[in-house]
Amino acid sequence: MTGVLGALSEAWDEVRVHKSRVVLSLVGVFLAVFAMTSVTAIGQIAAQVQQETAERTGGRPATIAVQAFDPMTGMPPDAEAWDVAVAELTGRYDLTTSATISYGEGLYRMPGGTQRVQTVRVSPSYGELHRKQPVEGRWFREGDRTSLSPALVVNEAFLEALGVPDLSSRPTVMLGGPTPVRATIVGVLREGYGSELVAYRVDRSGGSWGDAGAVDPMQAMYGGPSTLKLWVHPDQVDQVMETVRRDLGLALDGAQVDPYRMDAEGVEETLAVLRLAIRGAGVVVLILGGLGVLNIGLVTVRQRIREIGVRRSFGATSGRVFSAVMLESVCATALAGVAAVGAAVVLVRNLPVERWFSDGIPLADAPGFPVAAAIEGMIAATAVGALAGLLPAIIAVRAKVIDAIRF
Amino acid sequence: MSLLSLSGISREVVLPDGSLLPILTGVDLEIAPGEHVSIVGRSGSGKSTLLNILGLLDNPTAGTYLLDGEPTDHLRARRRSRLRGEVFGFVFQQFNLLPRRTAVENVAAPLLYARGRDFLRRRRTAAEMLDRVGLGARADHVPERLSGGEQQRVAIARALVRAPRVVLADEPTGALDVETGAQVMALLAEATSENGAALITITHDLSVAALASRRYRLDGGRLSPLVEAGSLGAATSDRGTA
Ligand SMILES: Nc1ncnc2c1ncn2[C@@H]1O[C@H](COP(=O)(O)OP(=O)(O)OP(=O)(O)O)[C@@H](O)[C@H]1O
Ligand SMILES: [Mg+2]
Repeated sequence: MTGVLGALSEAWDEVRVHKSRVVLSLVGVFLAVFAMTSVTAIGQIAAQVQQETAERTGGRPATIAVQAFDPMTGMPPDAEAWDVAVAELTGRYDLTTSATISYGEGLYRMPGGTQRVQTVRVSPSYGELHRKQPVEGRWFREGDRTSLSPALVVNEAFLEALGVPDLSSRPTVMLGGPTPVRATIVGVLREGYGSELVAYRVDRSGGSWGDAGAVDPMQAMYGGPSTLKLWVHPDQVDQVMETVRRDLGLALDGAQVDPYRMDAEGVEETLAVLRLAIRGAGVVVLILGGLGVLNIGLVTVRQRIREIGVRRSFGATSGRVFSAVMLESVCATALAGVAAVGAAVVLVRNLPVERWFSDGIPLADAPGFPVAAAIEGMIAATAVGALAGLLPAIIAVRAKVIDAIRF
Repeated sequence: MSLLSLSGISREVVLPDGSLLPILTGVDLEIAPGEHVSIVGRSGSGKSTLLNILGLLDNPTAGTYLLDGEPTDHLRARRRSRLRGEVFGFVFQQFNLLPRRTAVENVAAPLLYARGRDFLRRRRTAAEMLDRVGLGARADHVPERLSGGEQQRVAIARALVRAPRVVLADEPTGALDVETGAQVMALLAEATSENGAALITITHDLSVAALASRRYRLDGGRLSPLVEAGSLGAATSDRGTA
């Protein structure tokens, strides 16, 4: 018991007395663990950004899109019938993670005159499915269906065309058509190419296409076919597609139902490779840092041979000499590891990592500082200390006492 | 029974060309508890080698070394180390204080290898020991800031801190001027006898050797009683009184 304490206090004394040397030898390990931990953490945030970007376009894995046509005319089914059939389907199977989407064009009264803008009508749950994360304001809620002034989520170009800098003035816009209605802009997204204007509205259950603020009926028809999107477990894709095809086909009285998978499969694999590459780089840096510690350890153990000889005369056993040199290395690198992980946490917390990778679109699921990366950093630092301490410890044990204390 | 008993001890080393170089030849020596023995000899006569063998730092190539009546030749390495720490205290010519450790840390260092109470109370024991060698006021000084005489007094405190039964001093005054050397030697002799420890001093200096109750000379690896001019009888009668 006191033997272990003795070895520990000996190692600690050593670290304390040779502060500058220890600090110097640890710069490498500190930098390596710092780099590895930060890179892993940043990499994980980058990967998350990458994944969410992919999911914004294709939906989260696995997203199934369902459309229906009349096999004879190629026309979409009657809107009301479709809505009823979809509501029945999602109700029957308790499909909470489903959304509908349809595209059309709306007439908006902008300062420069009435303008046609592509308008996407979605159910509020579409936001979760496609990781819609407004840069300002909010995405739709279920309550928006019943609000008197239709809620709109628009892109930045739309807001600019409206001549409004941000949402602080609670901007509204008149939806044109036979009976105009004032819509409220509740959120702003960063999307669309160039100066393309994009607007989102709650789906038909918040008012049919034909109502006030809708469009010219021709456009509505072309844009019309509504798509049902389902977010299911990747293992259930085939089963769900089969069920949907059968049930919707029956409900829509012989319409052709086309379910297909639309998320970017394989994104996960790409990201796994990315993560692996990042870790590989970290390991290489760490090995270099470990070599630095080993090098300084070898130099100093030679300088300390006399001291080790003197300790032998105090009755130090080989085991004690070995563990003293070894523990010194481990104590020191573990300390460097703590410092490096701490520094990495501070760095990653304070860097605008998300801005760099995602064009300023906030993350829907922002990863915190990855605990695994921190623990790994600590383990790696300690392991490097043990490995780098091994050779000097062996040299120390093998040193001939009488040569060491001879002068 | 003798505390230490050497009979027929020889030490040879193999030189790089394969030939054997004898350093010690047929050394017989008995040390009783608490006695003070000195060994004088020219440089290269094998004094340090003999002391290293006594302190279990080196092994003889022939002969028997009994410690407390027990042969030491087939002790396991671990037990040898333990015995070395418990039975012996070393004082070196070059002091060999641990650099950058304060005086009290140096004195406490051997207790790092002790167990139980001795280990846990090491700082207090060390401070008391420093007081005894008159350096209580210097406890927090590092060796680099102590004079040679002070450093050797710290080393003496360190050699005695585990209450050894034998103190082995290899030219303890060799790096000091004559006057300081005499003071340090007097302290060493006094402190060891207070502790009841035996003291074996190696020296060039006949006045240092004269402090011992028994004196030997080492010449070309052979040990013989020291016969001083004009005190032929004293040297032999010392053997009996020891
Ligand atoms: N391992 C060794 N290999 C070769 N020669 C050795 C070895 N150890 C000791 N010697 C030689 O043996 C002789 C005695 O050495 P030792 O250190 O015991 O002498 P000493 O009496 O203490 O001398 P000094 O007064 O100079 O300290 C010396 O000539 C030394 O060079
Ligand atoms: Mg010598």
